[in-house]
Amino acid sequence: MKTTRRQFIKISSLGIGGAAIAGSGFSMIDFFNLKSKKRTYDLSELNRYPTYCDVCFWKCAGWAYTNKAGKIIKLEGNKKDTHCRGRFCPRGTGGLGMYYDKDRLKTPLIRVEKDGKQSFREASWEEALELVASKMKGIRDKYGQESFALIKHGTPGKHFEHLFNAYGSDTIAEPAYAQCRGPRAEGFKLTFGTTVGSPEATDIRDAKCIVLIGSHIGENMHNSQVQELSDAIDRGISIITVDPRLSTVANKSKYWLPIRPSTDIALLLSWIHVLIYEGLYDKPYVDKYCSGFEELKEHVRHFTPEWAYNITDIKPKKIRDSAREMAKASPAVIVHPGRHVVWYGDDTQRTRAIAILNALLGSWGRRGGFYFKEKKKIPNYPHPGYPEPKWTWKDLNKKYPFAHSGITTEVIRASIPGVDGEHKVKAWMVAGTNLTQSIPDKNLTLKAIENLEFLVVVDLMPMEITGYADVILPECSYLERYDPIRSSTFRTPSIALRSPAAKPKYKSKPAWWMAKQLGKKLGLNEYFNYDDYAEVLDWQLKQIGTSLEEMKKIGVKNFERESGALYLKDNENYRFKTPSGKIELYSKKLKDAGFDPMPIYVAHAKPDEKYYRLIYGRAPMHTFSKTINNPYLNDLKDENFIWINPRIAKIWNIKRNQKIWIKNQDGIISKFPVKVRLTERIRWDSVYMVHGFGHDNKNLSRAYGKGASDSDMITNIKTDPLMGGTGLRENFITFLLDNPHKNVEL
Amino acid sequence: MRYVMVIDTLKCVGCSDCVVACQTENDVPFGYCRDWVTETVTGTYPHVEMELRSERCNHCENPPCVRTCPTGASHVAEGGIVVVTGNECIGCGACIESCPYDARYQHPEEGYVDKCTFCIHRVEKGLKPACVSVCPTRCMYFGDIHDPNSEVAKLLAERKYKVLAPEAGTKPRIYYLI
Ligand code: SF4
Ligand code: SF4
Ligand code: SF4
Repeated sequence: MKTTRRQFIKISSLGIGGAAIAGSGFSMIDFFNLKSKKRTYDLSELNRYPTYCDVCFWKCAGWAYTNKAGKIIKLEGNKKDTHCRGRFCPRGTGGLGMYYDKDRLKTPLIRVEKDGKQSFREASWEEALELVASKMKGIRDKYGQESFALIKHGTPGKHFEHLFNAYGSDTIAEPAYAQCRGPRAEGFKLTFGTTVGSPEATDIRDAKCIVLIGSHIGENMHNSQVQELSDAIDRGISIITVDPRLSTVANKSKYWLPIRPSTDIALLLSWIHVLIYEGLYDKPYVDKYCSGFEELKEHVRHFTPEWAYNITDIKPKKIRDSAREMAKASPAVIVHPGRHVVWYGDDTQRTRAIAILNALLGSWGRRGGFYFKEKKKIPNYPHPGYPEPKWTWKDLNKKYPFAHSGITTEVIRASIPGVDGEHKVKAWMVAGTNLTQSIPDKNLTLKAIENLEFLVVVDLMPMEITGYADVILPECSYLERYDPIRSSTFRTPSIALRSPAAKPKYKSKPAWWMAKQLGKKLGLNEYFNYDDYAEVLDWQLKQIGTSLEEMKKIGVKNFERESGALYLKDNENYRFKTPSGKIELYSKKLKDAGFDPMPIYVAHAKPDEKYYRLIYGRAPMHTFSKTINNPYLNDLKDENFIWINPRIAKIWNIKRNQKIWIKNQDGIISKFPVKVRLTERIRWDSVYMVHGFGHDNKNLSRAYGKGASDSDMITNIKTDPLMGGTGLRENFITFLLDNPHKNVEL
Repeated sequence: MRYVMVIDTLKCVGCSDCVVACQTENDVPFGYCRDWVTETVTGTYPHVEMELRSERCNHCENPPCVRTCPTGASHVAEGGIVVVTGNECIGCGACIESCPYDARYQHPEEGYVDKCTFCIHRVEKGLKPACVSVCPTRCMYFGDIHDPNSEVAKLLAERKYKVLAPEAGTKPRIYYLI
C-alpha cells in the first residue's frame, strides 16, 4: 500500500478484488534470494548503546543499535526498564528521525543586519559563545544577572539551569508548569500534601476501575500507562471516560460520558454527592484519614445528578451508575489526575475535586489506586554553593499564592515595559521549547521578544522560536550525547543512562558542553570541574554503587525500595504532609487565602452562534510540535485535520477533506488552511484538532504549512488565580471557506 | 505449520508503532508501508463506536497475487507465508491490482513489488515479527495455528473474531479479535 502522506489513519473502505478460486502452489524457493538490500542482521551482531528516549518526557530506557559502519539503524526498549518494559512507543521507535533529520540546525548562527535587512550568518562556536557570554556579563553589569531569564524544557534545560544558578540567576521557568500540569500538582498537594509525580503514581496494573476525565491514554502514549491499561483490559478493568469527543480510550470504556465541555466540576460534584448520600464512600478510610467530611457533605447536598444533568448533558442515571461502578471497585480505583489540565482557569479547583473523589474512594495509598512512589537520590557532582540571587522567579509569581514553580507567562509579562509591575527581565535563553507554540497568546510573547535586549535559543531543529533569536546554538540529538542520569519516581527506583551512539552530526554540540564553555567564559570554572560529562556521570554512579562502565553494559539499574511499603497498611497511622496531617477535603489553607475551601461549579462562556469550542489533543505518533518534521513520524501523520460533526458541516455545506481557514473570537485567522475531517466522534458545539501542526518556518521542510496551528487560535486565556495556570479551552472558532490571504504573500 | 497473526482490536490504540517498527526493520522507503492502521467509525454522536485495526498482507490461504503473478516471483513459502522473490519480479504490478487488501507496493528504487513478509528473517531466529515485538499494547500475536497450544490457536478458540473481506474468498490469515 502506498501511504497518501495525508490521511494515514483513515476510514476504511476496502475494495474487493475479483473472486479468487485457484489453489495456492507450495514452493520452497529460498526467501532470502532477493536482490534487494534487505536486512538480514541479527541484533546480537550489532553494537548497542544505552540511552533513554528524548522524544517525550516519559524517558523510557532503551538501546540504540549501530551496524558495522557505525550507522544507527534501530532503537529498541530496554527489557529491564520499568517505564517501557522493553517497548518504545511509536515516537521512541521513530526517534531515529531526530538524528537523521536533514533539516537539523547545523552550525551556530548569529543575527546580522545589512542595509536594514536582517539575516543569520554562520559563526564558529567560539564566536557565538563569546557573544552569549558577553551579553550575560553585560546584563549582569547593567541590571543584575537576575534579569537574564532561562526558559527551558527537557534535558538540555538541566545543564543550563546549573549554569544560570552558578551565574546567579534563578529567573527560571518552564511551560510544563503553568501551561500544562501545574494545577494538578497544586490541587493534589492541597489535598494529599504531595503531588502525583511523573510518571503519575497510578497503580493501573492492579486497578479494577479507572476514570479518565479529559485524559487520553492511547492518544497520549505515556508508555507505561498505555501498557498497564492494555493489560488491565485483558483483566476486565472497567473504564469510565468523560470526554466531549469519542477518544480512543472512550471507545474502550464501559461508560463514556460525552460531556458538555467546561462543565466537569459539576459532574465531579454530583459524583461526590452520590458517593456520600448513597453511603458508597470508603467510610473507615475517610474516618481515619480525611478531615472536613461533614463540611463536604453539606457542601454537595444540592449537587444531585439531576442538578448536574442540566449543566453537563449527562443523564442522571448514567451519573449514578458510573459512581456506583467506581464504588464497586473501591479502593482499587483511579480517578486519573490527568496531565495537561489547564482548561478553564478553575483548574486547580477541578483537580481538587478529582483528588477529593479519590479520597472518598479510599484510593490514595491503596493497591489498584495510587501507590507511594519512590525515586533514587543521585548525589550532586561537587561544586561550590550557588550565589544568592537578589530576586527569583518567585518574585514574579507574587499574584499567585499557590504557585510553586516559575510561570513562563509571568516571565514574559515581566519582559514587557508597562505590562503589570516592573519590567525586570531583559534577556532570555530559551532551551528546548518552541515558545511561540508552547505559550498561548503569541502576540504577547512576540511583544516581549521585541523588547528583549538579547535572545539566545538552543535547539535541535529550526523551530519557529529560532527565527526570533539573536544567537542560535545547535544542540545535538539525544543519540549523540551524555545527559544527566534518569532517576524517576515509580513503584521501585530505577536509573537509566543516556550515552552517545554516534558522534554529533554537523557542528552540533551537547548542552552540557555549551553550558561548560559559557561557564568558563563567565569565570565560573569551579562549577564545571570536568572535561567530559562522562566524568560527572561516573562519579555520581559510583556514589550509588555502580559505575559508568557497568551502566554502559546494562543501561538500566533497578534498586530496592527504601521508603517503606507501596501501599498503606491496615494498622498504619499514616500522616499526610498537609497542615492537619489528614487528607484535606476542606482546605483551610485555601479559605485563609480567600479562595473556596471546597470546589464549586462556575459556568463558563459558551460559543456564539456559528462558533465552536476549540478542543485540541494529541496523536500517538507525535510529541507536540517537536516531532512533526521527524521523517519517520511525519510519514505517519504529516498534517492535522479539523474534526467537524457532519450535522454542522451540512449547515455550512462543508465537504470531507475540504480545505478551510479558521478564525477565532478575537479575529485571529489561521495562516494555513486545514482539511476537514467529518466525524461523528465530536460534539456539535465543538471542533477538535491535534496540537503541534501548522509550522511556520520554511526550514522545517516537511512540517511547513501542513495543517493549522491550534496555538495561534488560543488568545483568550483564563488564568488560574491560585497558581497562574493559563486556561486554554475558552477559545471559539468559526470557519472561513474562502482563502482570506488571497492577496497577501505568505 | 501455518503462521497466522491475531490482533486484538479491543486493545489496539492505533498508535502506529507497528508501522514505524516495520519501516526501520525492513528498510521500507518513506512514503510507503507494509503495514498501516485503519479506523472505522459507525453510529451517530453520541452513540458512536469505532474500530482500529493494524493491517498488512493477509498471507491468504488462497492468494490471488500468487495466481496472477506471471513469473512465479509471488509464491507461498513454508508456513503459508506469501512472499515475493525480488529478482524474479518484473514489476508488472498484476499482483498489486489483484490484492483485495491493497497490501503491496512497487519499490520506488528497486522496482520489485514489496509487502509484509511476516518478518520471516526474524521468525527463523526465534524472534517475533518486528511489529508484534514492539506493539506497546501487546495486542498482536503471532504463531502457528496448527499447534493447538499456541497463543494464536488458543485465542481463536476462546474469543470472537473476524477476518477482512471474507467475501473475496482469499481465506485471509490475519484474524481480528472483536
Ligand atoms: S513514551 Fe515514547 S516518546 Fe516518550 S520517552 Fe517513552 S518511548 Fe520515548
Ligand atoms: S503498535 Fe499495536 S496498538 Fe499500536 S497501532 Fe499497531 S497494533 Fe495497534
Ligand atoms: S510482520 Fe514484519 S513485514 Fe509484516 S507488517 Fe509486521 S513488521 Fe512489517
